[in-house]
Amino acid sequence: MGAEAMLVATGAAAAAGLIGCFAVMRRMVLAGDALSHVALPGMGIALALHIHPLFGALAMLFFGALLVWTLEDRTRVATETVVGVVFSAALALGSMLASGENLLEALLGRPGALSGAEAIFGVVATAAVVAFVLLRRHHLVVALVSRDIARTAGINVRLLDFLYLEAFALTVALGLRYLGVLLMGSLIIIPAATAKRLSSNLTTMLVAACGLAAGATGLGMVLSEWMRREPGPIIVVISAVVFVATTLRRPA
Amino acid sequence: MHTRRGGALPPFTVPNILDVADLSVAFADASVLSHLSFSVRTGASVVVIGPNGAGKTVLFRALVGAIPFTGEVRWAEGTRIGYVPQKLDIERDVPITGRDFLKARTVIGRGPASDISGALDVVGLSDAASRRPIGALSGGQFQRLLIAFALLGHPTVLLLDEPTAGVDGPGEERLNEMLHRVQRERGLTMMTISHELTIVHAYASDVLCLGSGEAHFGPPTMLTPDLLRDVYGAPIALHDHGR
Repeated sequence: MGAEAMLVATGAAAAAGLIGCFAVMRRMVLAGDALSHVALPGMGIALALHIHPLFGALAMLFFGALLVWTLEDRTRVATETVVGVVFSAALALGSMLASGENLLEALLGRPGALSGAEAIFGVVATAAVVAFVLLRRHHLVVALVSRDIARTAGINVRLLDFLYLEAFALTVALGLRYLGVLLMGSLIIIPAATAKRLSSNLTTMLVAACGLAAGATGLGMVLSEWMRREPGPIIVVISAVVFVATTLRRPA
Repeated sequence: MHTRRGGALPPFTVPNILDVADLSVAFADASVLSHLSFSVRTGASVVVIGPNGAGKTVLFRALVGAIPFTGEVRWAEGTRIGYVPQKLDIERDVPITGRDFLKARTVIGRGPASDISGALDVVGLSDAASRRPIGALSGGQFQRLLIAFALLGHPTVLLLDEPTAGVDGPGEERLNEMLHRVQRERGLTMMTISHELTIVHAYASDVLCLGSGEAHFGPPTMLTPDLLRDVYGAPIALHDHGR
């Protein structure tokens, strides 16, 4: 495994930690996790058309985020139902479109060197997600406390929602290579959930989530090489163990 | 100041900060507000009263443009709204401190961070309390934080939705006094939703009374026992604790 791949993966993980903080605080854990599943049919279609699966995943994630955004305007219960149905169906459809080795890689990620295009996408998308969260964190905080207050403070709440969901979708795309469709949602959610338990202010939470996600990814990739297994499951297990450890240390 | 029903607004007159004409809001075919018209003078202190479900919060949300409505809501040019809602969207266990929240306001408004301590002084919230997660604040401290946030936007009008809900008796009085001191000092217009009819006589220049029937807008003296019974659907005693 090259240093380049390691760098791109830990960078993507840091972006996942940052975007995850607001997913955890916005109570969109389930919708976020389900959203990552929508990448699978996109990858299946791309493979069938002999184009890079990343492009198929990106296109489907974009529309998945758009769907969540449209539904968010309605009642929350209806949203969760529709999200559950649509995105589980996406997982089933994607499994039909892809098969064998390809399907396993799409679901769980794979180790190995990055192509040039993958590396460039990784760097650019990571920079975009990190910049969005850091530059818009104040807007996100106010909208989180109260959308009505945010409106009177001059924030375009719907536009902010849209940008956040698309940044979330982009983050999922970033991790597909290492963690796959099934587990990328977990890297977004688990380190942020751990950071939430450990922090008493926003800056600490953002830094902790970033560090936990990047740390788990770095360690997971080293272990995956050593154990000759896919990195995705190892990364998620490490994150989950840290989360469980914090629940033991400090009662909820 | 008078109520109007229907019809187009007259040409804009300077002393009014808000003109509402023929405002109606309906959710899923259920009408919540129907053809409401009133005007608010600049500097007025309007208390909005009415039974649960009368549409008080819905009115505020329409005034800030958070929900669709028919009719007209016209704020005077240059109006900046500070809104203190009753219900928040956030869970109480998030690691966001009062200071995170206030700092967000100064960054968004491109104001200096030094405004924060000034706002905390005005509302009487300690620096230590502002550094705690917002879920760890008491009801009164939390309301003061929301008011400080509203003040950081240099508002010309404050919309307060039950600002003393969840605050004990003496705390409630201090909070009301603070709010009206701020209003006097800054020449703000204030609209307050309240279940406490007593604050009407203590602080209101005008009352907007929403109920199942027709809405009423006028000076506090308009609140006769007959009118209150009509609005609340039961006899209500209005005690004059104030001036």
